[in-house]
Amino acid sequence: MSADTLASRLVTAPAPSITRPGNRLNATRVALHTFLVLTCLVWLAPLLWAVFASFRTYQDTATNGYFSWPRELTFTNFTTAWTQADLPHYFLNTLVITLPAVAITLFFSSMVAFVVSRFSFKFNLTLLMVFTAGNLLPQQVIAVPLYRIYLLTPLPSWLSDSGYLLDSQFGLVLIHVAFQTGFCTFVLTNYMKTIPKELSEAARVDGAGVLRQYWQVILPLCRPALAALATLEFTWIYNDFLWAIVLIQTGDKMPITSALNNLSGQYFTDNNLVAAGSLLAALPTLVVFFALQRQFVSGLTLGSAKG
Amino acid sequence: MTLAEQLDAGTGTTRPPRRRARRKSTALSLPDRIVLLLMVGIPAVVHIALVWVPTIGSIVLSFSEWDGIGGLSDIKWIGTKNYVDVFTAYPRFWPAVAHNLIWLVFLIVIPTAFGLLMAVLLDRKMRFSSIYQSILYLPVVLSLALVGFIWQLMYEPDKGLVNNLIGQVGHINWLGDSSINLYAVLVAAAWRHTGYVMLLFLAGLKALDPALKEAASLDGANSWQTFWRVTFPVLKPINIIVLVVTVIEALRAYDIVFIINRGRNGLELLSILITDNIIGESSRIGYGSAIAVVLLVISLGFIITYLVQVFRKEERS
Repeated sequence: MSADTLASRLVTAPAPSITRPGNRLNATRVALHTFLVLTCLVWLAPLLWAVFASFRTYQDTATNGYFSWPRELTFTNFTTAWTQADLPHYFLNTLVITLPAVAITLFFSSMVAFVVSRFSFKFNLTLLMVFTAGNLLPQQVIAVPLYRIYLLTPLPSWLSDSGYLLDSQFGLVLIHVAFQTGFCTFVLTNYMKTIPKELSEAARVDGAGVLRQYWQVILPLCRPALAALATLEFTWIYNDFLWAIVLIQTGDKMPITSALNNLSGQYFTDNNLVAAGSLLAALPTLVVFFALQRQFVSGLTLGSAKG
Repeated sequence: MTLAEQLDAGTGTTRPPRRRARRKSTALSLPDRIVLLLMVGIPAVVHIALVWVPTIGSIVLSFSEWDGIGGLSDIKWIGTKNYVDVFTAYPRFWPAVAHNLIWLVFLIVIPTAFGLLMAVLLDRKMRFSSIYQSILYLPVVLSLALVGFIWQLMYEPDKGLVNNLIGQVGHINWLGDSSINLYAVLVAAAWRHTGYVMLLFLAGLKALDPALKEAASLDGANSWQTFWRVTFPVLKPINIIVLVVTVIEALRAYDIVFIINRGRNGLELLSILITDNIIGESSRIGYGSAIAVVLLVISLGFIITYLVQVFRKEERS
């Protein structure tokens, strides 16, 4: 690659003096920061507008319009949305779906990645391609038969009160696992390949079986990748809309993102309430984003593996 | 992919002999073999049963007529009639194809160009850089459905921020007017997608050897030339990733139009037509499947290109 030769040529050259930020032209800096601040304002505008609307009362905006200075700011919309639309119930639904789905996805994909990256079997590459390609399919491609399969698969009543995979939260967990395992397997396989083979060989010499090599040697070393993937998968599965709309029929069982769609016509008569409801629904992912920003970002760029 | 590359670069030369040596000494015990089989087998069965079996199912069902009532024995096989009908007699089909294409082109051009610009601007030591970055990729954590809710507030004809800012209160119905609503929705979708693209480019730029740029500037290149002749070509792997992510995102688009008007009146998409035919009042399984196969064919083109790109290296080794 020409770039490499260029780089190697430079390694021997004396390091050029690095211009310190202060030495650069001030006008360019100011222009740059102005541009960036303006862009960020435009970027935040939709969210700020929603926040603004959610804190205002219906009367206030009805008489003065939305584009006005607020008479008063209150939390009423949030409490109304919370209680009237029974949001805690839907948050719980989401939790029941998301947490097992993320856990099982990581468990499954770490096992596959372990086998594929530590042992050389003939099917390794094929398997990896099947998983990767499956994850890239648009979900709608499989929606029609999946709906029929779910409709025809009976489940014991303790797993699904509908008696079938369709209209059960277990069914949602299952499809998330099936779909997301593809992505996580790909990322984890690449990650595990960077762990020296000697490590598992040493463990084997010491008499560790396959399970011990997986659980006590490789998995602990994958903690950073697992943390990043967990953050990312939580966001994705939490945000799912399509599967819940297609595979859940009882509105009561829906996760929050999809439930909000049903609720917006039923309970939320004014925009301020819709804004408050949307922000409440966005809250968990926003909290995850701010609390685990580094994991989230590294997950997304691990995702450049997906990509 | 970068990890794989590093790995190859790091150990590529020493690998083959070592592997041969290990293979000789490797004698997995029977229990270990069973464990390995289960570790791969269970996830693989779940994945194949719920992703690839339905994919095949879509293809098979696309040649049938079935309202879903009764058992599989009630399926009537009608050859390619669904495809002929979809292509010639389904008024929503060609608009949906056109909208999907517009979606694709818009998403490839606008967020990619803007994301790249922002990445280049933010990829330097400067104050507040990380704050700017965080703000720009904040929307990435929101679901496309929530983006739909939030932008509906922005686009309200009377109460929305957009019309109030441009002094057109009540005059422009951004989401209701079928000649402009697609673009209004695309702006919202791009709002969310740009942050992701920027992040991917930033990761790529950070991984670049800074010496590269210095060398170019020593050779007398200005920053424009440095970018197009040196930086951008080196970013090739990232460019492919961005392209694939964007294409997949565009073909999958669903939530936001469903939230806004269920994909009608100017917002038809292939993904919407598929679900309309299975969960709508009229359950037309074969019809929905035929549209799904059209979507499958389009996406497989990109998926295969991507797989070839990513796995070519491993196959060689």
